Amino acid sequence: MAGRASVQADGKSFALPQVPKIAVYIVGFIPAVWLFYAGITDQLGADPMRYLEQGLGLWALRFLIATLTVTPLRQLFNVNLLRYRRALGLLAFYYAVLHLLTYLVLDQGLDGPAIVADIVKRPYITIGMATFVILVPLAVTSNNAAIRRMGGQAWAKLHRLVYLAAIGAALHFVLVVKSWPPEPLVYAAIVAALLGYRLIRSLVKKPSPRRRPA
Amino acid sequence: MLIRRPTDILPSEITPREVYFNRRQWMVGAAGLALAAALPKGLEAAPLSAAKSPFSTDEKKTSREDVTSYNNYYEFGTGKEDPAAKAGSLKTSPWTVKVDGMVGKPAEFAVEDLIKSSALEERIYRMRCVEGWSMVIPWVGFPLADLIKRVEPLGSAKYVAFETAYRPDEMPGVGSFFPVLEWPYVEGLRLDEAMHPLTILAVGLYGETLPNQNGAPIRLVVPWKYGFKGIKSITRISFVDKQPETSWNKQAANEYGFYANVNPNVDHPRWSQATERRIGEGGLFVKRRPTLMFNGYAEQVASLYTGMDLRKFY
Repeated sequence: MAGRASVQADGKSFALPQVPKIAVYIVGFIPAVWLFYAGITDQLGADPMRYLEQGLGLWALRFLIATLTVTPLRQLFNVNLLRYRRALGLLAFYYAVLHLLTYLVLDQGLDGPAIVADIVKRPYITIGMATFVILVPLAVTSNNAAIRRMGGQAWAKLHRLVYLAAIGAALHFVLVVKSWPPEPLVYAAIVAALLGYRLIRSLVKKPSPRRRPA
Repeated sequence: MLIRRPTDILPSEITPREVYFNRRQWMVGAAGLALAAALPKGLEAAPLSAAKSPFSTDEKKTSREDVTSYNNYYEFGTGKEDPAAKAGSLKTSPWTVKVDGMVGKPAEFAVEDLIKSSALEERIYRMRCVEGWSMVIPWVGFPLADLIKRVEPLGSAKYVAFETAYRPDEMPGVGSFFPVLEWPYVEGLRLDEAMHPLTILAVGLYGETLPNQNGAPIRLVVPWKYGFKGIKSITRISFVDKQPETSWNKQAANEYGFYANVNPNVDHPRWSQATERRIGEGGLFVKRRPTLMFNGYAEQVASLYTGMDLRKFY
């Protein structure tokens, strides 16, 4: 499981310079720290709350996409970043938490009825909340103990929910804007490509002999 | 050697006085342009003198910085900062507004003549964007009704249609591969809405001519409607007998109606319109404030819609 970051060329594998996982977290949190700092020091333009809220959401989606890129990179380009996938996935979750907190506290001012009405009546909020709910069990089970407890197969099955989360996050972004500006569509296209790749690969791989359960 | 006597000079060969003077004007203009190019951007705005108006609100004005840096003007991109960054390429002088359709006196007005011949007023209005944020902007302009009276609409005219300039060379947002809206941007009002004293054509803000990102050189301001009704950089105003098409309505008819009156009780299908964030208020910790019926102008305009189902005519 704990693969080394490596590039396999001509069948030979050589190690990429080893970066400690903690570095991924540190670098990953730079945007959040910067956004909060810039927000508090009034450097986020005329509508800082909205900028912060959208910025955090966007980074959650970016890390989700980064997580989904690990497998195709390994299969297509022999670049093995498996070692960092958990960190990327957890960063996506942490940004989703910050995004949600910004919405609940700064945007809605913890106005319970308004928030409930939003979740029930606004499809993009419903989808955003559902996406967050999906991410929770994935984040909670993103540790070695959970893999051991659940067993690899069950764990892997559960973690396929990340595909649904990616669709939800992309849709949430497309639905929040007016008309069809390019940015959310580009993100949606990237998610579609990453999931489409897996779908095609699974269809192509079908003929390979399957083991029957004993 | 043949020396022509003055009588030999054909009248057609004499440079007309206007052209002769125009040449001077052109040179003065060129010098001005060179000077303008050498100066930082903000200085191009010319001061406008305007009388105070009882229609102005005494609420705290949104800063000039915020009013001129946070804009929706999709011809220059969909980002809020795009218009301020890119609208400088729009050439706003010379500029004419063609007024045609069902009018007794169709005309083409040069904007500078409109400014000179109108009694300019400062109108400090609330502006509520359909996206859920608002500002308080000190516009400088004149009632649209003044212009309408000049062209003498026929009895058959029931609506007023507006059109924005369409200039792909000067508007980086309109040439995109996947257009956000159908260009040119078009808007419309019912004739009685257009004649209402609150409805103005703005030519400035904060006591100076409009910055390009705010719709220079002339734009519509209808304070009881969502901001997108305030069509920018107007080139044509037509009087018609049928309800004209409007850009956002064409883009998504179930989300943006022809009327687009600010109404906290009729939500956008995808978000609530009950509250709004006032730009520049509280920074990161901005508190939502309740959105007012007709953006707080109900007293003046509610009678325009007596008997209408505002849920149906949103």
